[in-house]
Amino acid sequence: MRFGIIVFPGSNCELDCQWVLEKVLGQQADLIWHTEKELKDYDCLILPGGFAHGDYLRTGAIARFSPVMKAVERYAEDGGLILGICNGFQVLCEAGLLPGALLRNTSLAFICRHVHVRVENTATPFTTACRPGQVLRVPINHNEGRYYADPETLRQLNEKGQVIFRYATAGGETTDGANPNGSLDNIAGICNERRNVLGLMPHPERAAESLLGSTSGLLLFESIVRSGRAASPMFR
Amino acid sequence: MIRAKVYVTLKKGVLDPQGETVRGALETLGFAGVKDVRVGKFMVVTLNEVSREEASRRVDQMCKKLLANPVIEDYRFELEEG
Repeated sequence: MRFGIIVFPGSNCELDCQWVLEKVLGQQADLIWHTEKELKDYDCLILPGGFAHGDYLRTGAIARFSPVMKAVERYAEDGGLILGICNGFQVLCEAGLLPGALLRNTSLAFICRHVHVRVENTATPFTTACRPGQVLRVPINHNEGRYYADPETLRQLNEKGQVIFRYATAGGETTDGANPNGSLDNIAGICNERRNVLGLMPHPERAAESLLGSTSGLLLFESIVRSGRAASPMFR
Repeated sequence: MIRAKVYVTLKKGVLDPQGETVRGALETLGFAGVKDVRVGKFMVVTLNEVSREEASRRVDQMCKKLLANPVIEDYRFELEEG
Protein backbone atom coordinates (compact mmCIF):
# COMPACT_ATOMS: atom_id res chain seq x y z
CA MET A 1 0.00 0.00 0.00
CA ARG A 2 1.00 3.59 -0.51
CA PHE A 3 0.48 5.85 2.48
CA GLY A 4 0.70 9.66 2.41
CA ILE A 5 1.65 11.43 5.63
CA ILE A 6 0.67 15.11 5.68
CA VAL A 7 3.30 17.32 7.26
CA PHE A 8 2.36 20.79 8.55
CA PRO A 9 4.84 23.29 9.97
CA GLY A 10 4.97 22.07 13.57
CA SER A 11 4.00 18.44 12.94
CA ASN A 12 6.41 16.20 14.85
CA CYS A 13 5.19 12.59 14.65
CA GLU A 14 5.45 12.10 10.88
CA LEU A 15 8.75 10.21 11.04
CA ASP A 16 7.43 7.84 13.71
CA CYS A 17 4.47 7.03 11.47
CA GLN A 18 6.74 6.59 8.46
CA TRP A 19 9.06 4.32 10.45
CA VAL A 20 6.22 2.03 11.53
CA LEU A 21 4.70 1.82 8.06
CA GLU A 22 7.98 1.28 6.21
CA LYS A 23 10.28 -0.51 8.64
CA VAL A 24 7.78 -2.49 10.66
CA LEU A 25 5.07 -3.19 8.09
CA GLY A 26 7.01 -2.95 4.81
CA GLN A 27 4.65 -0.45 3.17
CA GLN A 28 5.44 2.69 1.20
CA ALA A 29 4.92 5.92 3.16
CA ASP A 30 5.59 9.34 1.59
CA LEU A 31 5.79 12.63 3.47
CA ILE A 32 3.56 15.31 1.92
CA TRP A 33 4.27 18.97 2.69
CA HIS A 34 1.18 21.02 3.56
CA THR A 35 1.46 23.28 0.50
CA GLU A 36 0.76 20.39 -1.87
CA LYS A 37 -2.47 20.86 -3.81
CA GLU A 38 -2.89 17.47 -5.47
CA LEU A 39 -2.88 14.06 -3.82
CA LYS A 40 -2.45 11.25 -6.27
CA ASP A 41 -2.59 7.48 -5.91
CA TYR A 42 -2.55 7.21 -2.16
CA ASP A 43 -4.36 4.32 -0.47
CA CYS A 44 -4.48 6.05 2.90
CA LEU A 45 -3.63 9.49 4.30
CA ILE A 46 -2.30 10.10 7.80
CA LEU A 47 -2.47 13.41 9.64
CA PRO A 48 0.19 12.96 12.32
CA GLY A 49 0.60 14.44 15.78
CA GLY A 50 2.42 17.61 16.70
CA PHE A 51 1.60 21.29 16.95
CA ALA A 52 0.60 22.28 13.42
CA HIS A 53 1.07 26.02 12.90
CA GLY A 54 1.96 26.27 16.59
CA ASP A 55 -1.62 25.41 17.58
CA TYR A 56 -2.19 29.17 17.46
CA LEU A 57 -5.76 30.38 18.08
CA ARG A 58 -7.04 26.79 18.59
CA THR A 59 -5.47 23.41 17.92
CA GLY A 60 -5.86 22.69 14.22
CA ALA A 61 -7.57 26.02 13.48
CA ILE A 62 -4.89 27.32 11.11
CA ALA A 63 -3.78 23.93 9.75
CA ARG A 64 -7.32 23.31 8.64
CA PHE A 65 -6.83 26.04 6.00
CA SER A 66 -3.44 24.79 4.76
CA PRO A 67 -3.48 24.41 0.95
CA VAL A 68 -3.32 20.60 1.16
CA MET A 69 -6.57 20.44 3.14
CA LYS A 70 -8.78 21.08 0.10
CA ALA A 71 -7.31 17.96 -1.49
CA VAL A 72 -7.70 16.08 1.81
CA GLU A 73 -11.39 17.04 1.87
CA ARG A 74 -11.87 15.84 -1.72
CA TYR A 75 -10.05 12.63 -0.84
CA ALA A 76 -12.45 12.06 2.07
CA GLU A 77 -15.46 12.74 -0.17
CA ASP A 78 -14.17 10.13 -2.62
CA GLY A 79 -14.14 7.57 0.18
CA GLY A 80 -10.38 7.50 0.75
CA LEU A 81 -9.07 6.38 4.14
CA ILE A 82 -7.84 9.11 6.47
CA LEU A 83 -6.33 8.54 9.92
CA GLY A 84 -5.84 11.55 12.21
CA ILE A 85 -3.63 10.99 15.23
CA CYS A 86 -3.67 13.46 18.15
CA ASN A 87 -3.08 16.86 16.50
CA GLY A 88 -4.29 15.22 13.27
CA PHE A 89 -7.57 14.39 15.03
CA GLN A 90 -7.86 18.02 16.14
CA VAL A 91 -7.27 19.19 12.54
CA LEU A 92 -9.95 16.81 11.20
CA CYS A 93 -12.48 18.15 13.75
CA GLU A 94 -11.66 21.78 12.88
CA ALA A 95 -12.04 20.91 9.19
CA GLY A 96 -15.48 19.44 9.86
CA LEU A 97 -14.41 16.02 8.54
CA LEU A 98 -15.22 14.66 12.00
CA PRO A 99 -17.86 16.01 14.39
CA GLY A 100 -17.12 17.69 17.73
CA ALA A 101 -14.02 19.39 19.08
CA LEU A 102 -11.10 18.79 21.44
CA LEU A 103 -10.80 21.04 24.45
CA ARG A 104 -8.20 21.61 27.12
CA ASN A 105 -7.79 18.65 29.51
CA THR A 106 -9.96 19.05 32.61
CA SER A 107 -6.83 18.83 34.80
CA LEU A 108 -5.29 21.75 32.85
CA ALA A 109 -2.13 19.62 32.68
CA PHE A 110 -0.29 18.31 29.64
CA ILE A 111 -0.59 14.52 29.92
CA CYS A 112 2.08 12.17 28.58
CA ARG A 113 1.64 8.54 29.62
CA HIS A 114 0.33 5.15 28.56
CA VAL A 115 -3.41 4.61 28.87
CA HIS A 116 -5.81 1.83 27.99
CA VAL A 117 -8.52 2.18 25.37
CA ARG A 118 -11.28 -0.29 24.57
CA VAL A 119 -12.12 -1.05 20.95
CA GLU A 120 -15.84 -0.30 20.53
CA ASN A 121 -16.34 -1.17 16.89
CA THR A 122 -14.27 -3.55 14.76
CA ALA A 123 -16.36 -3.00 11.61
CA THR A 124 -14.21 -0.14 10.32
CA PRO A 125 -11.20 -0.23 7.97
CA PHE A 126 -9.06 0.88 10.94
CA THR A 127 -10.02 -1.82 13.43
CA THR A 128 -10.63 -5.09 11.57
CA ALA A 129 -7.51 -6.64 13.12
CA CYS A 130 -8.86 -6.00 16.65
CA ARG A 131 -11.23 -8.16 18.65
CA PRO A 132 -14.49 -6.53 19.81
CA GLY A 133 -13.89 -5.08 23.27
CA GLN A 134 -10.14 -5.60 23.02
CA VAL A 135 -8.14 -3.34 25.32
CA LEU A 136 -5.15 -1.60 23.75
CA ARG A 137 -2.28 -0.05 25.68
CA VAL A 138 -1.23 3.13 23.92
CA PRO A 139 0.40 6.42 24.93
CA ILE A 140 -1.32 9.80 24.98
CA ASN A 141 0.61 13.05 24.75
CA HIS A 142 -1.63 16.09 24.74
CA ASN A 143 -2.91 19.25 26.38
CA GLU A 144 -6.18 19.48 24.46
CA GLY A 145 -7.70 16.01 24.36
CA ARG A 146 -11.07 16.47 26.03
CA TYR A 147 -13.54 15.36 23.41
CA TYR A 148 -16.70 17.45 23.27
CA ALA A 149 -19.79 17.30 21.10
CA ASP A 150 -23.27 18.71 21.69
CA PRO A 151 -25.78 16.21 23.17
CA GLU A 152 -27.50 15.49 19.84
CA THR A 153 -24.19 14.80 18.04
CA LEU A 154 -23.05 12.62 20.93
CA ARG A 155 -26.27 10.62 20.79
CA GLN A 156 -25.83 10.04 17.05
CA LEU A 157 -22.17 9.01 17.46
CA ASN A 158 -23.17 6.41 20.04
CA GLU A 159 -26.18 5.18 18.07
CA LYS A 160 -24.38 4.84 14.78
CA GLY A 161 -21.37 3.07 16.21
CA GLN A 162 -19.02 5.94 15.43
CA VAL A 163 -17.27 5.84 18.80
CA ILE A 164 -14.33 3.56 18.04
CA PHE A 165 -12.16 3.86 21.15
CA ARG A 166 -13.00 4.68 24.77
CA TYR A 167 -10.59 5.23 27.65
CA ALA A 168 -10.90 2.23 29.96
CA THR A 169 -9.18 0.35 32.75
CA ALA A 170 -6.77 -2.46 31.87
CA GLY A 171 -9.76 -4.74 32.43
CA GLY A 172 -11.84 -2.84 29.88
CA GLU A 173 -14.14 -0.86 32.17
CA THR A 174 -14.89 2.69 31.05
CA THR A 175 -14.74 4.30 34.48
CA ASP A 176 -14.27 8.01 35.32
CA GLY A 177 -10.91 7.10 36.83
CA ALA A 178 -9.76 5.67 33.50
CA ASN A 179 -10.66 8.91 31.69
CA PRO A 180 -7.45 10.96 31.59
CA ASN A 181 -8.74 14.23 30.18
CA GLY A 182 -12.45 14.60 30.87
CA SER A 183 -13.64 13.47 27.42
CA LEU A 184 -17.41 13.01 27.16
CA ASP A 185 -18.38 9.34 27.51
CA ASN A 186 -14.64 8.45 27.79
CA ILE A 187 -14.28 9.02 24.03
CA ALA A 188 -10.71 8.54 22.76
CA GLY A 189 -11.44 8.10 19.04
CA ILE A 190 -14.32 8.45 16.59
CA CYS A 191 -15.00 7.94 12.90
CA ASN A 192 -17.36 9.63 10.44
CA GLU A 193 -20.65 8.05 9.46
CA ARG A 194 -19.14 6.61 6.28
CA ARG A 195 -16.33 5.07 8.36
CA ASN A 196 -13.49 6.20 6.08
CA VAL A 197 -12.18 8.98 8.36
CA LEU A 198 -10.97 8.17 11.87
CA GLY A 199 -9.41 10.38 14.54
CA LEU A 200 -7.97 9.38 17.89
CA MET A 201 -5.97 11.11 20.61
CA PRO A 202 -3.64 8.20 21.55
CA HIS A 203 -0.54 7.54 19.44
CA PRO A 204 -0.69 4.03 17.91
CA GLU A 205 2.61 4.68 16.09
CA ARG A 206 4.37 4.89 19.46
CA ALA A 207 3.06 1.46 20.46
CA ALA A 208 4.08 -0.56 17.45
CA GLU A 209 7.29 -2.28 18.57
CA SER A 210 7.89 -4.34 21.70
CA LEU A 211 11.01 -2.27 22.38
CA LEU A 212 8.67 0.63 23.14
CA GLY A 213 6.65 -1.32 25.66
CA SER A 214 3.53 -2.13 23.66
CA THR A 215 2.61 -3.36 20.20
CA SER A 216 -1.14 -2.88 20.37
CA GLY A 217 -1.01 0.27 18.24
CA LEU A 218 0.20 -1.85 15.36
CA LEU A 219 -3.29 -3.35 15.08
CA LEU A 220 -4.60 -0.08 13.59
CA PHE A 221 -2.01 0.01 10.84
CA GLU A 222 -2.41 -3.71 10.16
CA SER A 223 -6.18 -3.19 9.86
CA ILE A 224 -5.65 -0.45 7.28
CA VAL A 225 -3.26 -2.60 5.25
CA ARG A 226 -5.75 -5.45 5.38
CA SER A 227 -8.63 -3.15 4.29
CA GLY A 228 -6.51 -1.65 1.56
CA ARG A 229 -5.76 -5.06 0.08
CA ALA A 230 -9.45 -5.93 0.07
CA ALA A 231 -10.64 -2.68 -1.47
CA SER A 232 -7.77 -1.32 -3.51
CA PRO A 233 -8.76 0.59 -6.68
CA MET A 234 -11.75 2.25 -5.09
CA PHE A 235 -9.56 4.19 -2.71
CA ARG A 236 -7.63 6.15 -5.27
CA MET B 1 -9.74 52.81 9.84
CA ILE B 2 -12.04 50.59 11.87
CA ARG B 3 -11.05 48.53 14.87
CA ALA B 4 -13.09 45.46 15.74
CA LYS B 5 -12.88 44.18 19.28
CA VAL B 6 -13.73 40.49 19.10
CA TYR B 7 -14.70 38.50 22.19
CA VAL B 8 -14.69 34.70 21.97
CA THR B 9 -15.99 32.62 24.88
CA LEU B 10 -16.77 28.98 25.49
CA LYS B 11 -20.45 28.19 25.00
CA LYS B 12 -22.70 27.87 27.98
CA GLY B 13 -22.62 24.22 29.00
CA VAL B 14 -19.04 23.66 27.84
CA LEU B 15 -16.89 23.03 30.92
CA ASP B 16 -14.22 25.69 31.45
CA PRO B 17 -11.69 24.25 33.94
CA GLN B 18 -9.49 27.33 33.61
CA GLY B 19 -12.37 29.62 34.59
CA GLU B 20 -13.21 27.30 37.48
CA THR B 21 -9.58 27.43 38.71
CA VAL B 22 -9.59 31.24 38.55
CA ARG B 23 -12.88 31.32 40.47
CA GLY B 24 -11.31 29.12 43.17
CA ALA B 25 -8.27 31.41 43.36
CA LEU B 26 -10.50 34.49 43.76
CA GLU B 27 -12.31 32.74 46.58
CA THR B 28 -8.97 31.90 48.24
CA LEU B 29 -8.04 35.59 48.02
CA GLY B 30 -11.18 36.46 49.94
CA PHE B 31 -13.36 37.77 47.12
CA ALA B 32 -16.72 36.53 48.30
CA GLY B 33 -19.74 36.01 46.08
CA VAL B 34 -17.99 35.12 42.81
CA LYS B 35 -20.52 32.79 41.24
CA ASP B 36 -18.71 31.91 38.04
CA VAL B 37 -15.66 32.84 35.94
CA ARG B 38 -15.34 32.09 32.22
CA VAL B 39 -11.99 32.60 30.50
CA GLY B 40 -12.15 33.63 26.86
CA LYS B 41 -10.17 35.29 24.10
CA PHE B 42 -10.00 38.94 23.13
CA MET B 43 -8.78 39.97 19.69
CA VAL B 44 -8.43 43.39 18.07
CA VAL B 45 -8.79 43.34 14.29
CA THR B 46 -7.96 46.58 12.48
CA LEU B 47 -9.42 47.10 9.03
CA ASN B 48 -8.42 49.58 6.33
CA GLU B 49 -10.85 51.91 4.60
CA VAL B 50 -14.15 50.14 4.83
CA SER B 51 -17.61 51.32 5.77
CA ARG B 52 -19.03 50.31 9.12
CA GLU B 53 -21.53 47.99 7.43
CA GLU B 54 -18.83 46.33 5.36
CA ALA B 55 -16.57 45.98 8.42
CA SER B 56 -19.39 44.39 10.38
CA ARG B 57 -20.09 41.94 7.58
CA ARG B 58 -16.43 41.01 7.15
CA VAL B 59 -15.67 40.57 10.85
CA ASP B 60 -18.74 38.39 11.23
CA GLN B 61 -17.43 36.16 8.42
CA MET B 62 -13.96 36.08 10.02
CA CYS B 63 -15.49 34.93 13.29
CA LYS B 64 -17.57 32.24 11.62
CA LYS B 65 -14.73 30.95 9.49
CA LEU B 66 -11.69 31.18 11.76
CA LEU B 67 -11.74 33.28 14.91
CA ALA B 68 -14.34 31.15 16.71
CA ASN B 69 -15.26 27.47 16.48
CA PRO B 70 -19.08 27.34 16.51
CA VAL B 71 -19.01 23.82 17.97
CA ILE B 72 -17.61 25.08 21.28
CA GLU B 73 -17.51 28.88 21.20
CA ASP B 74 -19.71 31.98 20.99
CA TYR B 75 -18.47 35.31 19.73
CA ARG B 76 -19.46 38.95 19.69
CA PHE B 77 -17.68 42.08 18.51
CA GLU B 78 -17.75 45.87 18.79
CA LEU B 79 -16.59 48.30 16.11
CA GLU B 80 -14.64 51.48 16.83
CA GLU B 81 -13.76 54.13 14.27
CA GLY B 82 -10.58 56.20 14.03
